[in-house]
Amino acid sequence: MQIIIVGCGNVGSTLTEQLSSEGHNITVIDVDNSKIQNLVNSNDVMGVIGNGASFAVQSEAGVGNAHLLIAVTGSDEVNLLCCLIARKTGGCHTIARVRNPIYNMEIGYIKEELGLSMVVNPEYEAAQEMARLLKFPSAISIGSFTKGRVEVVKYRVEADSVLCNQTLQQINSRLKADILICTVERDENVFIPSGNFIIRERDEISIVGTPQKTLEFFKKMGVAVAAAKNAMIIGGGEISFYLAKQLIAMGLQTKIIEIDKERCESLSELLPEAAIIHGDGTDRNLLMQEGLMQTEAFVSLTNVDEENIMLSLFAKTLTKAKLITNVHRISYDEIIDSLDIGSVIYPKYLTAENIIKYVRAMDNSLGSNIETLYRLSNNRVEALEFSIKKDSPVVGIPLQALQIKPDILICTINHKGTIIIPGGQDVIQAGDKVIVVTTNTGLNDIRDILK
Amino acid sequence: MNFSIIRYILFRVLEFAAFFLILPCLVAVIYRERAGFAFAAVMVVCIIAAEIGRQFKPKSNVFYAREGFVTVSLTWILLSIVGALPFYISGEIPNFVDALYETVSGFTTTGATILPDVEVLSKSVQFWRLFTHWIGGMGVLVLIIAVLPLSGGYNMHLMRAESPGPTVGKLVPRVQTTAKILYGIYIGITVLQMILLKIAGLSVYDSIVLSFATMGTGGFGVLNSSIGSYSIVVQNIFTVFMILGGMNFNVYYLLIVARKPKEAIKHEEARVYLCIILLASALIAWNVRGYYSSMALAFKDAIFQVASIGSSTGFSTTDFDLWPWFSKAILFVVMIIGACAGSTGGGFKVSRVMILLQDARHELIRVVHPQIVKKPHIEGRAVEDGTVRSIQSYLMIYLLISVFSFLLLSMDKYDFTTNLSAVMANLNNTGPGFNMVGPVCNYANYSIVSKFVLMFDMITGRLELLPMLILFSPKTWKKY
Repeated sequence: MQIIIVGCGNVGSTLTEQLSSEGHNITVIDVDNSKIQNLVNSNDVMGVIGNGASFAVQSEAGVGNAHLLIAVTGSDEVNLLCCLIARKTGGCHTIARVRNPIYNMEIGYIKEELGLSMVVNPEYEAAQEMARLLKFPSAISIGSFTKGRVEVVKYRVEADSVLCNQTLQQINSRLKADILICTVERDENVFIPSGNFIIRERDEISIVGTPQKTLEFFKKMGVAVAAAKNAMIIGGGEISFYLAKQLIAMGLQTKIIEIDKERCESLSELLPEAAIIHGDGTDRNLLMQEGLMQTEAFVSLTNVDEENIMLSLFAKTLTKAKLITNVHRISYDEIIDSLDIGSVIYPKYLTAENIIKYVRAMDNSLGSNIETLYRLSNNRVEALEFSIKKDSPVVGIPLQALQIKPDILICTINHKGTIIIPGGQDVIQAGDKVIVVTTNTGLNDIRDILK
Repeated sequence: MNFSIIRYILFRVLEFAAFFLILPCLVAVIYRERAGFAFAAVMVVCIIAAEIGRQFKPKSNVFYAREGFVTVSLTWILLSIVGALPFYISGEIPNFVDALYETVSGFTTTGATILPDVEVLSKSVQFWRLFTHWIGGMGVLVLIIAVLPLSGGYNMHLMRAESPGPTVGKLVPRVQTTAKILYGIYIGITVLQMILLKIAGLSVYDSIVLSFATMGTGGFGVLNSSIGSYSIVVQNIFTVFMILGGMNFNVYYLLIVARKPKEAIKHEEARVYLCIILLASALIAWNVRGYYSSMALAFKDAIFQVASIGSSTGFSTTDFDLWPWFSKAILFVVMIIGACAGSTGGGFKVSRVMILLQDARHELIRVVHPQIVKKPHIEGRAVEDGTVRSIQSYLMIYLLISVFSFLLLSMDKYDFTTNLSAVMANLNNTGPGFNMVGPVCNYANYSIVSKFVLMFDMITGRLELLPMLILFSPKTWKKY
């Protein structure tokens, strides 16, 4: 597809890298010459310097032939204007990033009236992801498929876990849960395990199943599954606002520590149920005083990545609270992951991922047929949802008889609304939706899983 | 420095060299010439070497500007050596240094020859000699990018190092598509010229090989008189296509592929390039009017010569060395300015001159208004300070190379004019100079050292100075 990306910040450049490597023709627009230079030097894309909301600049970038324009500059208004102009002149699909809560409140109207295909709000999405994690604190991350009917839960195996030193077959016969362990991360490697794969301490496993079955599995394992009862949030930015709102709705006692007096006041107006503390969230005494020892969830959301990481490390030494750390910069993710500070959320990355999902789905109508895409383990694993057409070569054959490529696992079959965690005898039928997990990225069709 | 990927690409280049050598083999079969065996032998060696090299995959795919520059210069050196072998093996150029000089001159589209008599060459050797112009005109790595799926961001580094011009823009988002479009246009115009030459009365063989030499802005001819003995119509066809070869290919893209004729007409570099050619032709025509029976004939030869030198082709219809000094001086200036960026021609490039002149004018304005903020503009866009600075350094390096080459050449037996024009004609990929290296003479009598200096100048000029110079910087070869 011909895609134009306006704005080459963190999200823009992540999108450019990803979409270009997936074979799309990308043109990037930014006012900053050096940003364009950087992107053009490291990726096979074309750069245009100028204001992306200008008609002339968009024409130069070829909006007439573009299929999609993604506006992810720092300003909501510019993004909306970009999309409006592209929609009127090029007639292409448009995606805008809109982060202002005021616009967010009326986003349905804006989307409808401006003809936007999708609106992304990194802060809101990050907050949603965090809220989901707090519902189920044992997980490092949770993804959902088929409108929430299937979940992918990532979990770290501790030394005292019943899973330790067991093969998958043993686990299956002992716990008898209807779930599937689809990937195992060990040090730098990712495995798609077979039946005699042995789980070790410190492995990070991803479990696929329906939410109830997953819950059951964790209960049988003896892992705490209850949601946190209270939460402490450091920093009072937009994410904190969205998160606190959701947590309060979930019935958690929520406490926000914010350093800016005015922001505290406006937050307390917006969130009367939350306890807003005016103070420096990095102050050790203040944290102790506000009950760090008793908190069940600790979320660091300051604007400084380093502070967030440090706070989480500090909280880890003192409490058993579920830790969530917000990190803006994407470049050093593997180092941060190795610090073992629970769940790390990269809002910009989430945004990029959501947009890529949309692009893939759009591509779907132009050839491939991926419904949803979920990425695990730093992009090294993809979970893809395919809808199966009548003429598909996988229809009607028991799974054990299919010649499937290595490192591919069929995780679930959604047969008219019932979720099947398949064994060798199960059969895929036309109209089913199938989730496939693989380390071979870039599958476009269910056909691609066959040898 | 990632040597393994450079090695890998160089072996792929051999594959392409083998592919190119098929054509002269075919010509040898058609004309039943023994020289065909030389081409076949070199081709087989290339295929074997390429097949062996293919087995060793690169250890890592790390590829930055440095690797791009080194790969491009090594490719050109390797290709020149491989290309020289058939000349040498067939015995038609018995001296290997001469064969190498002739090949370098071919690939770099210079067209400076060491052959006193080109008419004695066999058809297949002659074909290869002129075909090298065509390969070198657009660049062999651009062709490889167009054909092979070299994934990753690194093909842009190759394209940037091989394409002429201060800044290399893409026509479309993908480098590969850009390369395909460029070659498509290139092939299209070449075929058009072949057809026109055939209609104008040349033999099929001559139309084909001379079109190669024109569109690559090369300058090798098949006759000792270059283009002088063809009819006036044929000469005018050459004039037009030499100018087309030296034109920025963006213009053709806008005109043919993007269908934006208004933007194509507004292309500033192309306009200035055409203006330079017209103005220089008019001045020369007026200057040499006494040598011709009519003003029209004078203008015909003048514009042919200006187009030939300005586009860095190097054909001639007459011995312009006999013209008055004013005409020769104009040709010398046109030679240095050269063709457009993004063309197949050589020289300093029109757009660089345009930017430097604007910059110089702004410097004058700054005397009056010291605080004024002004940037040079080209194609309706401000030129970044970094680009201006790099063009200034380019000028400096260009002068330094000219001076050093001139000094080295002066140790040889020739006079001042000969040496200076030889250096400029080689560095700018033009071909003929003045006096002893004029259009009716050749470079055969230079010493071996001088020939190597000139070969270096040709490749350096074709690759826009930096890629070749970087080979001599010790830092390039350090791993860290």
